[in-house]
Amino acid sequence: MVEKEKTRYTTVSIPVTLYNKIKKIIEGTGFTSVSQFVVYVLREIIAEHESAQHEEPFSDEDREKIIEKLKRLGYI
Amino acid sequence: MVNRPHGGRLVNRVVKGRRKEALLEEALEIPRISISYERVIDLLDIAHGAFSPLEGFLVQEDYLHVLHDMRLHDDTPWTIPIILDVDPDEIVGLKEGDDIALFYDDKPIALMKIEEVYGWDKKIHSQLVYKTTDVNHPGVAKTMERKELLIGGRIDLLNDPPNRFSDIVLWPIETRVLFREKGWRTIAAFQTRNVPHRGHEYVQKAALTFTDGLLIHPLLGWKKKGDYKDEVIIRAYKALIEHYYPKNVVVLTGLMMNMHYAGPREAIHHAIVRKNFGATHFIVGRDHAGVGNYYGPYEAWELFNEFPDLGITPLFIREAFYCRKCGGMVTEKTCPHTDQDRLKISGTRIRAMLRKGEIPPEHMMRPEVAKVIIEFENPFVE
Repeated sequence: MVEKEKTRYTTVSIPVTLYNKIKKIIEGTGFTSVSQFVVYVLREIIAEHESAQHEEPFSDEDREKIIEKLKRLGYI
Repeated sequence: MVNRPHGGRLVNRVVKGRRKEALLEEALEIPRISISYERVIDLLDIAHGAFSPLEGFLVQEDYLHVLHDMRLHDDTPWTIPIILDVDPDEIVGLKEGDDIALFYDDKPIALMKIEEVYGWDKKIHSQLVYKTTDVNHPGVAKTMERKELLIGGRIDLLNDPPNRFSDIVLWPIETRVLFREKGWRTIAAFQTRNVPHRGHEYVQKAALTFTDGLLIHPLLGWKKKGDYKDEVIIRAYKALIEHYYPKNVVVLTGLMMNMHYAGPREAIHHAIVRKNFGATHFIVGRDHAGVGNYYGPYEAWELFNEFPDLGITPLFIREAFYCRKCGGMVTEKTCPHTDQDRLKISGTRIRAMLRKGEIPPEHMMRPEVAKVIIEFENPFVE
């Protein structure tokens, strides 16, 4: 078994005042560190950003063919 | 608009037209590996986009990230390793960069570019995916039977093998068009490997009260002994929908996908796959994808908290039961009465009654559904 690569981390600077605020916010919430909270929030924001950039993955021609099939199978 | 595919792009690795003809000829000339029906199902899910953003079987970096972090190397959530196992003597003389043909039942199914060959530790795999190394766990037992090496790489599907459920199976691009045609913007997906009892009906209808449509999505594929056969599940659901659901709010379609019984991890996997089919919400039940007592009844619900970027909304609906005083199906959250008034729905009892050809009480199962099931000589996987 090949050992797992160590998860790579990097450092991002945030103001100390913000760090202290987060430290207070996460008390008793299940988050065990400020880093864990920041990662969680960033993932949430990135997911929102990505979901706004979505286009349907089919052309009009694909759509017509699929509609025919769906009609044949009784779905439409 | 229906949901965005996981990872941002719906994968399509199905080869068509002249390229298909050329690649089918090539498949007969190059080294080949025979694969099981379970791996064929994985191939179909990759090629048709159900496993988007995967384009092939996992390479080692992704495999290890999935195992340890429940994410692909690019941080996309992914909890169940989709891997292709081989024996060393099947790949003698092959190296990374070579193309191989994947055969099933002596017919070429797909081409694969070998990006990587690597070893794996089945015990570590089992412990991390199934949270146990007990071989009585069906997922662990399957893992232990698998071969010694893994090969990762992109695939191209050449042939969908014959499928007796082809008139009930839709792939993500098809459900996406269907939901659009129906004008649904919010869709709750319900995963199942069981025939419907009243508790299932309750949670589905609870979800439907605030989404435009419901996708009932039973798994068709390998299941353990004693589970209901695929055709029984489909027929039973058709009966339920015909008699108890309004027209045009429900889509029943089968999903060709293997069951792993990996509990919480598999619940996340099931949600991701339904996102690719366009669902915006996913119903997570009690002991979702669990087996025996390996997982806590609501452990899967907790794991969803670790994925703020999943991109599909989990609907946590408690187990339903019938309450005499309330006069209907309720949950612990909605019923103030005691166990004396509550009639719990027991899957084991339903199974035992159906096995004897008896119709279960109506608070457990709709009679129309039960009648369909007992028409089968043996409705269970042997």
